[in-house]
Amino acid sequence: MEKKQVNQHMMALNGDEAIAYAAKQSDVDVVAAYPITPQTIIVEKFSEYVANGEVQTEFICTESEHSALAACIAASATGARTFTASASAGLALMHEMLFVASGCRTPIVMAIANRALSAPLNIHGDQSDSMAQRDSGWIQIYVENSQEAYDSILQAFRIAEDTGVLTPIMVGLDGFTLSHSLENVKVLDDETVKEFVGVRKLPEVLTHEGKMAPFRLDPANPMTMGPIAFPNYYFEFKRQQEEGMRNALDLIQKVNDEYAKLTGRSYGNGLMERYQLDDAEVAVVCVGSTSGTLKTIVDEMRQEGRKVGLLRLRTFRPLPVEALRSTLENVKAIAVMDKSMSFGGNGGAVYHEVRHALYDTKAHPQIVNYIYGLGGRDSSPRELRRVYEDLLHILKTGTVEKHVNYLGLRE
Amino acid sequence: MSREKSWKEIAPAGVCSKSSVGFMTGDWKTYAPVRDLEKCTLCLTCVMFCPDGAIRWRPELGKIEIDYEFCKGCGICANECPTKAIRMTLEQK
Amino acid sequence: MTTTSQEWKFTTKDIAEKPDLFLSGHRACAGCGPASVLRLIMKATRGPTIVTEATGCMEVVSSIYPYTSWALPWLHTAFETAAANASGIEAALKVMRKKGRVKDEHVDIIALAGDGGTYDIGLQALSGAVERGHDFLFVLYDNEGYMNTGIQRSGGTPKGAATTTTPAGKVIPGKMEAKKPISEIMMAHEMPYVATASAYYWRDLLTKMRKGLEVEGPAFLHVFAPCPRGWRTEPAKTMEYAKLAVESCVFPVWEAVNGKRQLSTPSKLIALAPKKKKTLAEYLKGQGRYRHLFTPQNQKLLDEMQRTTDERWERLQKKCEPT
Repeated sequence: MEKKQVNQHMMALNGDEAIAYAAKQSDVDVVAAYPITPQTIIVEKFSEYVANGEVQTEFICTESEHSALAACIAASATGARTFTASASAGLALMHEMLFVASGCRTPIVMAIANRALSAPLNIHGDQSDSMAQRDSGWIQIYVENSQEAYDSILQAFRIAEDTGVLTPIMVGLDGFTLSHSLENVKVLDDETVKEFVGVRKLPEVLTHEGKMAPFRLDPANPMTMGPIAFPNYYFEFKRQQEEGMRNALDLIQKVNDEYAKLTGRSYGNGLMERYQLDDAEVAVVCVGSTSGTLKTIVDEMRQEGRKVGLLRLRTFRPLPVEALRSTLENVKAIAVMDKSMSFGGNGGAVYHEVRHALYDTKAHPQIVNYIYGLGGRDSSPRELRRVYEDLLHILKTGTVEKHVNYLGLRE
Repeated sequence: MSREKSWKEIAPAGVCSKSSVGFMTGDWKTYAPVRDLEKCTLCLTCVMFCPDGAIRWRPELGKIEIDYEFCKGCGICANECPTKAIRMTLEQK
Repeated sequence: MTTTSQEWKFTTKDIAEKPDLFLSGHRACAGCGPASVLRLIMKATRGPTIVTEATGCMEVVSSIYPYTSWALPWLHTAFETAAANASGIEAALKVMRKKGRVKDEHVDIIALAGDGGTYDIGLQALSGAVERGHDFLFVLYDNEGYMNTGIQRSGGTPKGAATTTTPAGKVIPGKMEAKKPISEIMMAHEMPYVATASAYYWRDLLTKMRKGLEVEGPAFLHVFAPCPRGWRTEPAKTMEYAKLAVESCVFPVWEAVNGKRQLSTPSKLIALAPKKKKTLAEYLKGQGRYRHLFTPQNQKLLDEMQRTTDERWERLQKKCEPT
């Protein structure tokens, strides 16, 4: 198949810089943001672009993340393409507004430099911040490296702003590990990005004046957004949001494929990346950058003749239940990595959801959980390899000693 | 009676589909304002203050009109009228 | 492009003939002060306008899905966010105009909030938006309590008032803290326009509303709007209390353009003829929320409240330009 790929050039960028660059090229109209480690480089870099006139963007330095997201919602409701970024406590502070953003169907793109939540205070990378927001109605994509961070921001505008989706999206990159580490990143030309991302299209809605009008705050077509909806109406709006999520499942794959044709880079099918899974007897499911280390371990163990594989879950919301099921149902033992905790929940979020996806399969594989890397604690390749060894042990004995494990914890 | 719409039929984000002028609040009142046309000087103070826009100046008719469909019977108009041209009377229903 | 409100001359009939932008059929209580204020101030709009409102009485009564009482574009997001929303709308329009995606015309942006959305939970966003200098008008409809959730105390509730979270009990006679001087706080922001107005003096209110819209940059309008339900007053007397509050100097009306403050006519008249000043008791009498003050054991509190009112009035006069 002939692929006409576009011109790209290499830049040395860390994850934050890659994201800022992608936002710069995407003709964002409004950025409203508040700095928080390890996202600061995103807002700082973007401020430079603004100060140098390299972008036509209004940058609002709000006085808190809560106001940042509120300003983004309002800007998006006015018809603007909006971008912001946060992490940890900042994302937590936005909690109320996350639901409002998805409820108001504002397709905001937000980068999250995944960082641990207080208390105690910790500025390093784990995924508790965005995992804690998985019910907020935002699409969630987690990246493995800075290249993917760049690519995913460009794709994010296409996904979120699609009139069948109209759902805000957060792109998570591991704090410090990705946000601050310099990588080779292939970037597209400005014109290519402009064409790929396009201009924001607005759906038409029926207003109280009885006419169809573009979905935005416009004095020429007054409409009321964000009303109070009593029990006899509220439920239907929530169902609408779920439909947006369902449409996103298809669209994420389509956009991934389109982007692959353009750049030669594909992230699995957009929802998940399968690594050596075809004949794998045991597999690890992982979200984020640790997948990179795990791939190396898979390669090593494959050299030793072990049938091991990795599933990197890229799209966490909407959860690709069907794809998880069909991909993993014949793997006999699965370890799910969680870089966050759900206290009192008997395991982490990803673990719960993978178990849920695989519950109805005939084969019913053994599924265990490894909670790791909280507060930015590094997991060595040796520690991670132990996960595979545990899985192989489960395969051999057919039993599980402990379902929920803590990797690297001083017991 | 019209049936409530399904999730497929309504606009997203709660964009309201009807103007509130379709919701009559007139049945809230116990007392209704009655105007004495001889005392009224058309100062329009009542029109200024009405929280519900239920007492209106009709320039094409040169008249003040009370819209009893919306009047909640608060009595601000009667209380503020400089010539006491409005009386709150018990509604006959 | 600024037109001063000296150019905006209006007759009562002009206002009365303007179609309502805050429509009938809203579910505010009978005699609602804020509803009267909202309906009136929307008559001062001068062109394309967008309103964003904080959670509160006026937001809830005017946007009960599927009905809306707003004949212009209107957005509600949350309780704290009126000013943050206004910032986002202003930025979006600025950029979209530059990029040719919306008509190249000025749009007035109004952020509307009650006590809660201004004094307390909304203060941060308001202060931030003003510091950033966004071009919008923030209107506070002050009914001195969190009325929509059941008459709880706010930072704007005056001392001595009974609310559901500061009830007049056997040991504590109502709210013991003074009303937060929100307009003084806004003055301290050194912003282009700060003004106070009362629901009763509607001409003054309209003039200030228009001025606030005309100002380039942030403007703040504090409107005193009695709540018969929360204050336990007769619905018919809403405007009477809005008048008494000014006449007793509990709520003086003034305006400050670029920091230069002047008393407005209703308060100026009292400054010039102090005998016209009504006593605090005249204002408080008939308000259920102050009923407990008219007992012998609370006389001291009442006297203290009169003293504080007088002191604040004296201080205010000193801050104003000579009449």
